[in-house]
Amino acid sequence: MARKLPHKDVVIIGLGWTGSILANELTDAGLDVVAIERGPWRDTATDFLMSYAQDELRYRIQHELFLRPSQMSVTFRNNAKETALPVRTWGAFMLGNGAGGAGVHWNAETWRFLPTDFTLRTHLTQRYGANMLPQDMTIQDWGVTYDQLEPHYDDFEYLCGTSGQAGNLKGAVQAGGNPFEGSRSRPYPTPPMKQGYGHTLFAQAAKELGYKPFPQPSGNLSQSYTNPLGVMLGQCTYCGFCEWFGCANYSKATPQTTVLPVLLRKSNFEARTECEVMRINLDNTGKRATGVTYVDTSGEEFEQPADLVLLCAFSLFNVQLLLLSGIGKPYDPNTGQGQIGRNFTHQTMSSAIGFFDKDKYNFNPFVAAGAIGTCIDEFNGDNFDHGQAGFVGGGYIGEVQTNGRPIESTPVPPGTPAWGSKWKQALRDNYLSTIVGGQCHGSMYSYRDVYLDLDPTYKDRFGRPLMRITIDFHDNELKMAAYLTDKYAEILQKMGAKQIVKKPRKGPYDVTQYQTSHLNGGAIMGTNPGNSALNMYLQSWDVPNLFVQGASAFPQNAGYNPTGTVGALAFWSAQAIRSQYLKNPGPLVHA
Amino acid sequence: MRSERKWLLGTVAGVALAASATPAGAAGIDKQSFGQVERGHYLAIVGDCAACHTLPGSSHEFAGGRPIETPFGMLLAPNITPDPQTGIGAWTDDEFINALTKGTGRHGTRLYPAMPYTYYTKLSRDDALAIRAYLSTVPAVHNPVKSNQLPFPFNMRWTLAGWDEFYFTPGTFHPDPKQSAQWNRGAYLVEGPGHCGMCHTPKNFMGADETSKRLEGYALQGWFAPNITDDARRGIGGWSADDIVAYLKTGHNRTGAATGPMSETLNLSTSKMSDADLQAIAIYLKGGAGQQTAAADPPPAADPPSQSAMKVGGQIYADECSACHGPDGKGEPGLFPALDGSPSVEQTDPTTAMHVVLRGALSVGTKPAPTAPAMPQFGWLLDDSQVAAVVTYIRNAWGNSAPSVTASDVKKTRQMLVERSD
Repeated sequence: MARKLPHKDVVIIGLGWTGSILANELTDAGLDVVAIERGPWRDTATDFLMSYAQDELRYRIQHELFLRPSQMSVTFRNNAKETALPVRTWGAFMLGNGAGGAGVHWNAETWRFLPTDFTLRTHLTQRYGANMLPQDMTIQDWGVTYDQLEPHYDDFEYLCGTSGQAGNLKGAVQAGGNPFEGSRSRPYPTPPMKQGYGHTLFAQAAKELGYKPFPQPSGNLSQSYTNPLGVMLGQCTYCGFCEWFGCANYSKATPQTTVLPVLLRKSNFEARTECEVMRINLDNTGKRATGVTYVDTSGEEFEQPADLVLLCAFSLFNVQLLLLSGIGKPYDPNTGQGQIGRNFTHQTMSSAIGFFDKDKYNFNPFVAAGAIGTCIDEFNGDNFDHGQAGFVGGGYIGEVQTNGRPIESTPVPPGTPAWGSKWKQALRDNYLSTIVGGQCHGSMYSYRDVYLDLDPTYKDRFGRPLMRITIDFHDNELKMAAYLTDKYAEILQKMGAKQIVKKPRKGPYDVTQYQTSHLNGGAIMGTNPGNSALNMYLQSWDVPNLFVQGASAFPQNAGYNPTGTVGALAFWSAQAIRSQYLKNPGPLVHA
Repeated sequence: MRSERKWLLGTVAGVALAASATPAGAAGIDKQSFGQVERGHYLAIVGDCAACHTLPGSSHEFAGGRPIETPFGMLLAPNITPDPQTGIGAWTDDEFINALTKGTGRHGTRLYPAMPYTYYTKLSRDDALAIRAYLSTVPAVHNPVKSNQLPFPFNMRWTLAGWDEFYFTPGTFHPDPKQSAQWNRGAYLVEGPGHCGMCHTPKNFMGADETSKRLEGYALQGWFAPNITDDARRGIGGWSADDIVAYLKTGHNRTGAATGPMSETLNLSTSKMSDADLQAIAIYLKGGAGQQTAAADPPPAADPPSQSAMKVGGQIYADECSACHGPDGKGEPGLFPALDGSPSVEQTDPTTAMHVVLRGALSVGTKPAPTAPAMPQFGWLLDDSQVAAVVTYIRNAWGNSAPSVTASDVKKTRQMLVERSD
């Protein structure tokens, strides 16, 4: 029997990026807010110490910061004919845990999606005709436009102090920036990171090939910065321990370094860590959330009543909690009916490695950062004519040197033995003179047979069904991957590589191969309850006092890292709650 | 400020008590006087009454019960809410003023000088009455507190009369006509209600202020309250008046950050003071508060750091410290304190430097500077000689110069910290 706790105005499930942003916005609005977080409390000086923050074995290999599969896992299969099995060691993606969530261990690549990404189906259909899209591709418009989100991209970038070079300022294309980006209302808050030798060489080669290279927008800051909340971040030291790691010197934008210090000072905010939400409770109409039920580390069950419930967990777990709570109609791939679990996507990552003459090139790969890079955007979204390409979608291509970590970054040419003195010699010969950061950050569009549902067999420690992931690559994405990889290889050639190894993404989707942690969809936003779980403000169509934040709302994934868009949507949704919902609680869009 | 005090109870006799039951003055308190209550509230902030009289985390303001650490045992701060039985509701105004400014309790008992009446004596009667007026408006809380928890013989309050006889000079503040009004305001705040010297002035063998070394720093509560004179090396001579104001207002300035017990003073007191008063404090501290001149202390040539300590310390510094504090020790303004030229680092007494390295430190967060960056602890990683080396290094690298720290100093500090929870 759950112990019923005193009522709160707002209960937030998960204290990552979106939970922190929403909590800050709604406490500012005067509401009494409690956040329930499954993982532990974490902060810079207590948990990400300079003395061991850069322990590759501990964090990269042994996954210290992440959710433990014994606490919560997922099951996986490539298609509906297979039997899904539980994931017992994270592979294709990493699931964050604890205060700050995935915002702690991200690389901080802080992109905006293209304006056409938000009206994707309409745009592609208009440009190429309806036949261009594969029949089982279920991409759709978001229900929100780039112009609507622009002020909130700006909110997130200024919260983070993002370092970058504007490419389009109020409609005017800017030299040195990304000419394809949507119009931005003001420059990035801090200048781009210093670019290394490899990046400079990439930029030069890209220019010679007629492209317009630009520095990657980065949440590892080029200089110290005080955000609008008064919170300070330091200057990045280019140590190259960002993704998988906590930042030890306050220079990566995370909830801890941007929002939480302010939130913690507020008397109307409370965080309860190591408390796992079991379900969102509904009243007897099923149309209104009454709060949540959660369990603490002692196994004691609590009911937290609240007027407003914000589901701010990682995308997969947002979908799982909706399904476990009986909110919305589960998606059925056979009929295409039902919204919860639909349009699940990941990313289509490819790369190319360039081996250079060791006597002429030294790229110093250990001087790195999660989001230091030079990129081109000519082959992203619909920035190029897909008419002859035979696929839709694309991705940015960049020399993004996230690290030169000794266990992971061991580039050796094909044919080198996997161990022994020859391997060591090859590594010695190539460690400094190889471009391993060749990244083709491909989009992944949504398909009828890629989805999430509750596993019929495997349960978590509380007996709740695990999330079942059914996913495979489709030809469209594999063609795109090959195309982007070729483009990257051309640039490497131009840079002077003596040997190039192309690694285009190949099917089937492999749950053991790391591919970013960008899992999206499953509770998507859209224009009506017939095509989405959420309205344009991330409000549940079914339960209007429930808002579902994060990348679970993406109808499909673009050729960028998603966090910038996740942050923009959080501010956008917060503004709608503050300016509309609180005045008149109820559906903000009438179906 | 919660304070650790040393005083000696030797020289006692049946010394006559100060008068305590004089007739009330012409002007009393008026709980309904907005002006008087407001002024009293502000003075209670300046005087930081809540630091001792409110239990941290308690919603019962001024209800007492907070343990006050002394070398002789614990005192519990009394209840000063208007509750007539357990607070000061039944006291006359004069009884209150005598307690506040003369250290004389009700019915003539002596207060322990953990209560800074040696400073509050500078308060004018009007200011004291304003505090009284404010305290009579806070919610009365019934909370009996047995203040005197000291063991025999320190528990005998009458012995304090002798201490007062030797070390207590009663009397309100007299402005120095040669100085500006701003300087005098600063002097009043620092030497009177602000009672800065309670922590920052060295104590003599009887636990009383060494008046010849005013504000030159004092070890207490596991920290060293630093020298805040205008001395360029050990004091805050390198800070401008604006630096001092920024520090007291926000807890941070371009080189330093408040931590340890000063965090609490920041939160409860100085961050809530008016900019004009903080300016006045800065002007006073910059000009005449301490005895020393602004000239830098010459480096202590007699005690140069050993080459091996500097080498080992420098290596540890490069590995563990330089990512934040910078290879040049300049830090990052507002975020990571500068170590080069830092008075905290260069105090003659290295307690704070050792404390911060061993246990880490959380800087204060305030509304204008909410980040509250923290220093991680290294006591688990570095042994005593390594801590000694790195502390010696930062005290003597760049332009710094301060006595070396030994492994046995670190061992003692480590031992002391094991027993401290704060």
